Amino acid sequence: MAAEHFLDFEAPLQDLKTRMTEMRKLEGSKEGELPIKDLEEELNRLHIKEKSVMRRLYRNLTPWQKVQVSRHPNRPHAKDYIRHLITDFVPLAGDRLYAEDEAMQSGIGKFLGKSVVVLGIEKGKNTADRVKHNFGMPKPEGYRKAQRLMDMAEKFGLPVVTFVDTPGAFPGVEAEERGQSEAIASCIEKLLTLNVPVVSVVTGEGGSGGALAVAVADKVLMLEHSIYSVISPEGCASILWRDARSASTAAQALKLTSTDLKKLGIIDGIIKEPVGGAQRDYTLTMKRVSAEIAKCLNEIEKAGASKQSRRAKFIALTRLNDN
Amino acid sequence: MSWLRSITKPGVFTRSKKDVKANVWVKCPSCGDMLYRKDLAANLNICTNCGHHHRISVQARLAYLCDEGTTQEVSVPAPKVDPLKFKDRKSYADRLKDAKKASDGEDAFKVVIGDVDGVTTVLCLLDFAFMAGSMGTYVGEAIVKAAQTAKEKNLPLVLVPASGGARMQEGILSLMQMARTTAAILDLKDAGLPYLVLLTDPTTGGVTASFAMQGDVLMAEPGALIGFAGPRVIQQTIGETLPEGFQTAEYLKDHGMVDMVTGRHQQKAEIAKIFKILTKA
Repeated sequence: MAAEHFLDFEAPLQDLKTRMTEMRKLEGSKEGELPIKDLEEELNRLHIKEKSVMRRLYRNLTPWQKVQVSRHPNRPHAKDYIRHLITDFVPLAGDRLYAEDEAMQSGIGKFLGKSVVVLGIEKGKNTADRVKHNFGMPKPEGYRKAQRLMDMAEKFGLPVVTFVDTPGAFPGVEAEERGQSEAIASCIEKLLTLNVPVVSVVTGEGGSGGALAVAVADKVLMLEHSIYSVISPEGCASILWRDARSASTAAQALKLTSTDLKKLGIIDGIIKEPVGGAQRDYTLTMKRVSAEIAKCLNEIEKAGASKQSRRAKFIALTRLNDN
Repeated sequence: MSWLRSITKPGVFTRSKKDVKANVWVKCPSCGDMLYRKDLAANLNICTNCGHHHRISVQARLAYLCDEGTTQEVSVPAPKVDPLKFKDRKSYADRLKDAKKASDGEDAFKVVIGDVDGVTTVLCLLDFAFMAGSMGTYVGEAIVKAAQTAKEKNLPLVLVPASGGARMQEGILSLMQMARTTAAILDLKDAGLPYLVLLTDPTTGGVTASFAMQGDVLMAEPGALIGFAGPRVIQQTIGETLPEGFQTAEYLKDHGMVDMVTGRHQQKAEIAKIFKILTKA
C-alpha cells in the first residue's frame, strides 16, 4: 500500500504518526534515553491517542473536509470494489462504435454467487494510472459502452451494480464532437428503460451529470464521506463567488454530503465508513458495502424492479414538502 | 446671461448619448450592422443584413410558432421555493425576486397548448431571461407537466430549450431534474407520441445532457451554441484555442448530432410537417 497520505485537517494525526515513527527508531537503536518498557508504554499511549483524535476529527467533518476525503488518493476505487466484491469478473471492453474508455470499468461477474453486470468509474491510483483512466472522467465512449452493458443486463435478466467516483464527464473538444451530452442523456434514458434491478453506490466523488448518467438506480447508496453534487465546489465558487478560494463556503451551501442527500430524499441509504475513512480500512469498507448492496438487491427483487417503478421514483424526487 | 452665449457655435451638431433612446438601434454581433429595432422585431429578431438569429423572448417565439389566438397556458404546480436556503454573494431568494421582476414568468419556462400550423401541440419553452434559463425544480416540474399533458391529451410535444444548464442554487435537486424530465419524456415516447426539440441559443450543461438531446427529431436554430461543457471550461482543460464554429448548430449537424438546422421563418411549417408525417395525419 502507498505511503500514508494526510489531508490538511489531519495535521494532528500526522504529528502523532511522526512521533511514533521516531520512537520506534529509538527502540531499534537501543540508544534511547528511556528504558524499553517506558518506550513501549509511551507508544501504546500515543496509539490510543491517535485513535481518539481520528474519531474526533472524523465525527465532525465539515462539508469541505468531506470533499477532501472523498477525493483521497488512497480511497478504494472502482477497481478495488470490483476486485473485492465480484468473483469470476470478466471485463468487457469497448462501445463497438469508436473506442475503449478505461475511465468506465465494465464487465460481468458474480456478486455473492449471483450473476451481475458491473460498471464503475475509475480514477486511477498513481500518475500513470490516472492518465490511463483519464482521471475518472469518462468520454462518450464510456457512456456508450455502459449502455451496451445495460442492454446485456436486460437481455440476460441480470441486475446492474454501479460504482460512482468521478469529478465529472470529460470536458474536451473530442468529447463534444462525439456527442458527450447525447451519450449521457441516452445513458440516463437506458437506465429508465431497464426492467432489471439497478443499485448504485457513490463511493467517492459524485460529480454532476457524469455521475448521474450511471446512478439512475432503484437504490442509490452513498459512502458516509462521499459527496454528490451538481457542480464541484471549486466550479461553483468561481462562478457564484467569482473566486475559487471560496470553495469551502460553496461546499457548505451546495448541500453535497451523504447526510444532506438522505435528508433531501435523493439517496436511499448511507454506508458507514471505518473510523478515519474508507481509505484506512479496505476490508471493513468492503464488508459493509457488500452487505448493503446485497440488502438492496433483495429488497428490489422482493418489490419487483421495472422501468415504471424507477421512473415513478425519479419523477417523485425533489417534490419536497414544507417542513 | 449675455445674449452672445445663446448663439450656437458653428460646427457639427452632436446630441449627447442620452438623447437617443438606447433601444432604438441594435448592433448585430455577427456582421456589425446597425439595425433598427422595429425592423429586427418584424423579422423575428433575425438580422436583415446577415441572417444572424438574435435571441428572442419567449412571447415573441410563441407568437411566430403558434397560430394566432390558439395558445392556452398550462399552469405548473409550484415546488418548494429555495429548498437549500442558498446564499452566495446574494441570496437565491433575492435572485428569484429580481428574475421575476425582469421577466413575466414564475420561473424560467412557459408551457402552452397551441396550434402549430393547425397541429395542436404542447409547447414548453425555457426563458433565458430568467436566471439564464437554468433548470431547477420548477423548470423540471414544467417539463414533467408538459410531457404528462401531451400524453394525457394525446398530443405531440415541442420543447424549446435556452439554458445555461442546471441551476447551481438548488444543488443536487437541480441535478435530479435530468433524471425526472427524462422519465416523463420516456413515458410520452412509450405512448407513441412525437417529441421534437428545437435547440436555441444557448443550450448547454445538464439541459443538453438530458431532455434536450432526447427528441425523436432534433431541430437546431442557425448559429445557436449547443454543447455539454461551456467553451471556457473546455479551453481551460485543453489550453488551446477552439476550432472554428465549435459547438454551433451547424457544427453539431456536421458531426451527426442534430437532424437539421432550420431558420425561424421555416420552423413552424417544418414542425407541423414532421408531426403530420409521424402521426400519419
